[in-house]
Amino acid sequence: MAIIERPAAVPATVGSVAAPEVVTPTQALGVFRRPVSSSGWKSWLFTVDHKKLGIMYGAVALFFFLVGGVEALLIRLQLAAPDNTVLSADQYNQMFTMHATTMVFLFVMPMAAAFANYFLPLQIGARDVAFPRINALGFWLFLFGGLFLNSSWLLGGAADGGWFMYSPNSSALFSPSHGIDFWVLGLQITGIASLIGALNLIVTVLNMRAPGMKLMQMPVFTWMVLVVQFLLLFAMPVITVALFLLSFQRNFGATFFDVNQGADPLLWQHLFWIFGHPEVYIIILPSFGIISEVLPTFARKPLFGYKFVVFSGAAIGFVGWGVWAHHMFASGLGPVSVAVFSVATMLIAIPTGVKIVNWTLTLWGGKLWFTTAMLYAIGVIVLFTIGGVSGVTHAVAPSDTQQTDTYHIVAHFHYVIVGGAVMGLFSGFYYWWPKMFGKMLSERLGKWNFWLMFFGVNLTFGPMHILGLQGQPRRMVVWPEKLTGDGFFDMHFWNQVASVGSFVIGLGVLIFVINIFWTWKKAPLAPLDPWDARTLEWITASPPKEHNFDRIPTVHALDEFFHRKYEEMDTEDGPRLVKVKSAEEVLAEEESHADAHIHLPSPSYWPIVLSAALPIIAYGVIYNLMLSVIGTAILLLAVFGWCLEPSVADDSDYDPPAGGDSTKELATLG
Amino acid sequence: MADIAVHDVDHAHTDHGGYDDHAPHATSTGLTNNKLSMWLFLGSECLLFGGLISTYMLYRGRHQTGPGPDQIFDIPLTSVSSFILLMSSLTMVLAVNSAKRKDDRNTSLWLTITALLGALFVGGQVYEFTSFYHEGLGFTTSLFGSSFYTLTGFHGVHVTLGIIMLMVVVFIMQRDRITGDKAEVVELVGLYWHFVDVVWVIIFTLVYLIPS
Repeated sequence: MAIIERPAAVPATVGSVAAPEVVTPTQALGVFRRPVSSSGWKSWLFTVDHKKLGIMYGAVALFFFLVGGVEALLIRLQLAAPDNTVLSADQYNQMFTMHATTMVFLFVMPMAAAFANYFLPLQIGARDVAFPRINALGFWLFLFGGLFLNSSWLLGGAADGGWFMYSPNSSALFSPSHGIDFWVLGLQITGIASLIGALNLIVTVLNMRAPGMKLMQMPVFTWMVLVVQFLLLFAMPVITVALFLLSFQRNFGATFFDVNQGADPLLWQHLFWIFGHPEVYIIILPSFGIISEVLPTFARKPLFGYKFVVFSGAAIGFVGWGVWAHHMFASGLGPVSVAVFSVATMLIAIPTGVKIVNWTLTLWGGKLWFTTAMLYAIGVIVLFTIGGVSGVTHAVAPSDTQQTDTYHIVAHFHYVIVGGAVMGLFSGFYYWWPKMFGKMLSERLGKWNFWLMFFGVNLTFGPMHILGLQGQPRRMVVWPEKLTGDGFFDMHFWNQVASVGSFVIGLGVLIFVINIFWTWKKAPLAPLDPWDARTLEWITASPPKEHNFDRIPTVHALDEFFHRKYEEMDTEDGPRLVKVKSAEEVLAEEESHADAHIHLPSPSYWPIVLSAALPIIAYGVIYNLMLSVIGTAILLLAVFGWCLEPSVADDSDYDPPAGGDSTKELATLG
Repeated sequence: MADIAVHDVDHAHTDHGGYDDHAPHATSTGLTNNKLSMWLFLGSECLLFGGLISTYMLYRGRHQTGPGPDQIFDIPLTSVSSFILLMSSLTMVLAVNSAKRKDDRNTSLWLTITALLGALFVGGQVYEFTSFYHEGLGFTTSLFGSSFYTLTGFHGVHVTLGIIMLMVVVFIMQRDRITGDKAEVVELVGLYWHFVDVVWVIIFTLVYLIPS
């Protein structure tokens, strides 16, 4: 398969449509040459390669993880002692708002996008995504949107309304700085990135699977990413509407959340949570996918109940649309709504429980291999279950009404997000690092990394259950000494435990960063198939070649790679799976049948130019509309440059690969 | 269990040289990437307009200052402009039809007419907005004003982008710079155009025809 689905008339059929010879392929807009470098910084800046973009997504997301982590540590420092003065109330508001925003929108989502970008084409046996330039655009929008959002720190203070930015608290009267404007516009920009990413990946999965691969033969990670992309596709426009309403109110004087005019504050809450609850599953499902790859590999058994895992993931995606109002039980929705959303919320525990059971039964009777990736995956099962159980108690509306806006809620969502989503991503780091970089992260440092984070999470968020049930409200800037209880309910003690725990997590993350640098500088090359893995991404070199596969593999089974290595043989103990081929042999067989003509999409200037225009427009909305006009001009230029960029390039644009007649070709579309 | 059979199939495939890169490519769904992504995008747009329409329906009766919907709407005028927009869907169909017959001249013609009809609709909207403004309904006047202008404004922007897309297609088609399948490019713009029309039918019914 060529990288890009191309209209059949151009390459194959004879004489029906004229080949586009009128276009000068080397020039875009009739002026510029397209970028063609395949090494050096230009090859990263203008790349459309899904693997390079995946790495860039990951690097930037890790950077924002550290930023969000420092914000979290400052919050815990402030709460480490009674009547503390590390942060002022105003700084504290900004800190928890930006901590949540950064972690959700700039770390977990893009980190999942990093894995999706890198591994989804590899797992379905494709050479790239459906629209490589749109893929690049998504990354640059995320980067520029994130930088724009954080530039508010230097320009008069960040957003301070909490990550769900309830109205009317978010109006200019209550938050006069530009922080919320930056927040709104920054999220619009990263939102575009999510939306186009979703379009791209859905089309890739539905249209570009390797020959023979049925939907029910896709790896679970690919499945979960697919479900997430559908959630994004339908959730992003809702938050887009909410953000537009808010920015029209703040910047152009609209009245949407002006209570004096009779506005309904619940409008924002509904719009936000119709997006916000699917968002919860957008955050967690990629990690579910990752550990569904990791657990079978290290239990050396197929995933127990593959179909149940897939369908319960899809069920979570569906039911996730019908539970948003459980975030609003305390807002006076009325008994019928509360009952309906309460029951729907309890329902969603069923498919989630199905997954937990399936993972546990995958481990059952397996020859467990406790690598760091495996430890993280088991950590997810344990911690997510704890968070899930407290989540079900929130579904009980009367109990939730007691717990709303207390630290009990904070404990719950940190157990599912840090214990579930983040630990799952770390599992992915350790599992896929040898595939992405050809070197294995140190297992010794990895174990330290895992245990510090595991204990840190429990130390930090465990006590918050107690604090919350005691009534410590969420988002309070100080707790006064005179209000601390005694004995088991000593607020003073548990807050300090939580603060110490947060630094233990910080130490764990520091060790991970050290591990990355150590691996980069010192680690030896990894074997081709260090984990005896099961899925398609391992039928290629590590790191994969630019074109992913020398020959597009033909798929016959779930866990294709495993089935190529192992065959069932009759032994004296009865039929057993016996390893008949090594990974090297499988790869050598593929390489010996390499495709002669491999077409790869060509780099492009336009994604980075187009995405750079959006922050300029956004600064213009805040400071001076003339700036927006300039930004729009750049945007239009980039759009036209993009559309007119020729789809088929001259061979002379490229260095022909050594010793072959193969040529690379530009993308038709994308 | 099925491993042995599986490998037999594998060998059968390798014998004739694996995947042929130069065969006409069929996608797994049979839809081209472009068309599939356009449909997905339109699905996403439904939620965008869903949010805006919900906001309007919540707020249409709330106007402490300034006029309300019943005092201000000029149904005959808007009916005419709606009719014009609906007719543009017809001309769009004719454009797609010509494109499928590889009739470039008529494709350009119908696309241009579609764009002109769209421009008439947008012109009508500009006229309507101006007269509403003079009758005292500003963007910041009331909840009704803010939500009305936001909803219809978003639709107007969609029509305007559609007009730009139509004109660009005409322009680059005349210079023969469409490198892909021309009929499909026209069809994709058509899908977008029809979607925007359908949304207008819903907006016209909910906003103008149903009394508040």
